[in-house]
Amino acid sequence: MTQTLTPPGEKAGGQDAGPRVARGLLAAGGVLLTVALTFLGLLAITFVIGRVVPIDPVLAVVGDRASKETYDAVRLSMGLDDPLLIQFGRYVGAVLQGDLGQSVATGRAVASDLARVFPATLEMATIGILIGVAVGVPMGVLAAARQGSWVDQVIRVVGLAGYAIPAFWLGLVGLVLFYAKLRWVGGPGRIDLFLDGMVPARTGLLLIDSVIAGNWAALRSAASHIVLPATILGFFSLAYIARMTRSFMLEQLGQEFITTARVKGVPERVVIWRHAFRPIRVQLVTVIGLSYAGLLEGSVMIETVFSWPGIGNYLTTALLNADMNAVLGATLVIGAVFIAINKGSDLLYRLLDPRART
Amino acid sequence: MTLLSVQDLRVSFPRPSGGRVEVVRGLSFDLGRERLGIVGESGSGKSMTGRALMGLIAPPGRVTAQRMQFDGTDLTKLSEKGYRALRGARMSMVLQDPKFSLNPVIRIGDQIAEALEFHTTLSAAARRAKVRDALEAVRIDDPDRVARLFPHEVSGGMGQRVMIAMMVVLEPDLMIADEPTSALDVSVREQVLAIMDDLVRRRGMGLMLISHDLNMVARWCDRILVMFNGEVVEEIGPGGLQAASHPYTRGLIASLPKLDDTRTELPVLDRAALARVNAEVRP
Repeated sequence: MTQTLTPPGEKAGGQDAGPRVARGLLAAGGVLLTVALTFLGLLAITFVIGRVVPIDPVLAVVGDRASKETYDAVRLSMGLDDPLLIQFGRYVGAVLQGDLGQSVATGRAVASDLARVFPATLEMATIGILIGVAVGVPMGVLAAARQGSWVDQVIRVVGLAGYAIPAFWLGLVGLVLFYAKLRWVGGPGRIDLFLDGMVPARTGLLLIDSVIAGNWAALRSAASHIVLPATILGFFSLAYIARMTRSFMLEQLGQEFITTARVKGVPERVVIWRHAFRPIRVQLVTVIGLSYAGLLEGSVMIETVFSWPGIGNYLTTALLNADMNAVLGATLVIGAVFIAINKGSDLLYRLLDPRART
Repeated sequence: MTLLSVQDLRVSFPRPSGGRVEVVRGLSFDLGRERLGIVGESGSGKSMTGRALMGLIAPPGRVTAQRMQFDGTDLTKLSEKGYRALRGARMSMVLQDPKFSLNPVIRIGDQIAEALEFHTTLSAAARRAKVRDALEAVRIDDPDRVARLFPHEVSGGMGQRVMIAMMVVLEPDLMIADEPTSALDVSVREQVLAIMDDLVRRRGMGLMLISHDLNMVARWCDRILVMFNGEVVEEIGPGGLQAASHPYTRGLIASLPKLDDTRTELPVLDRAALARVNAEVRP
């Protein structure tokens, strides 16, 4: 047994790729295992929520004028008299097969409802976060590099506005100005009415689907509809991202290695982007990931103002109708999004920070 | 030949309560291609002197001097761009603690190559060769491997040798070393100093060694300036440590512990007496 073990010294200096590949596979397996466990925990929570809310799932099916016999028969057929553990097992099995139950409000399977509404939110949130990062990060870096100057002040005011202005107000004003008055952008909804349903849904992301279909009119229309709500979402995440970037940068710019870089005669632009910005990328990944996850929950305000058929809208409607299957299904999707973004950030850390690799 | 000539150097910072506080008050000295030590306690202005010479005091800090001449260049009139051309190429500075003074996310080789990147037009391959030479010059055995490491993967002593390599890669004329060994283990201090000393002598550079360690500076420097409260209180020539006369210097020497000493209490500086002496010296 002991003879087969390689001494630690040899292992570290070994040149063959075999152990390294094995270690990588092991690490990937570990990641998958933690993801699976987290997801199971999430399922347990949604399951418990589904049991403790004071909504009778049987009544939701049979209606409140059913006879006692019908009620009992349905209850039995739904398996609600079985032990909780068995019910939970059944629930997990159903979810794994993509069955999230029927929605009372829409009369369709929750899974197919979510497949329709989640891409709408995903599309808007992704463009929103791209705007937030593309504008927010350089703004924060600039503010830190020119700390105390008028540039810094302007950026601070823009950031404060992002915190203080309510989303629905900005949405309404945006619609009045850019849609009703200037006619620069499309109005509410994802696409012009006469183009609705003209593009076959492949990914559910309208912009990509219309490119796949080669329908340029649809692409133009979809783009003109998404630009305003996505920009407003981007503005809110930008405010947060710029503020965090500024404070991370200021922390780095006070470090000794910044002095070292200046001692070497490195130009200021390189001091800022190479020496101060590189170390904060890990922290930024966290901030951007959280921001993105927040947007993916669906902004109810923006989705309502823009009649956007997204997950925020869907979840709110489901809650108001006591449509438990839909609520739990949407909660599950949002939870899964959080897990995915967290794991994604973890992987990026390792890529961006050499200290996290060892 | 004088490399650096400084007259009446003053560095000041604004006080939060208004007015300015001077941390360097009228420092004057000349430095040739020799080893000059600057000694003093914390807050005596020695580090600020080094940073002022490198042009690294950012506003609201203010640097003034009647004369600050580096090898024919008037540093007082130099633009930031002009300073940038000097820094790293003709003057450089070794900082105290490699744990903080090396960028944690950039490979050691790339950090050393940076001075070459912005001061020369060498190709990437030529830069790599120079980096290897510089690492060999600070007695690092396998320079190619070390160049690929990140700073957290090397020890403090090796980190400081990397720092020195980074500062001599372009063979500057003046090197300022600001407490270069204070953060290191006692066991590697002498080694790091010997490497630095060897480089300075062989390349005929001027060295300014800033430290609070009087004995160490006396061992490695030709001349010593003793600073107290932002001013030079005494200049000590070669081997003249015992002949030092200023009460501050005498106090520093007296408070050094000795191995064969049986005193239970070390003498401390008599600050009241020092304040009196200072008041007499100043008109």
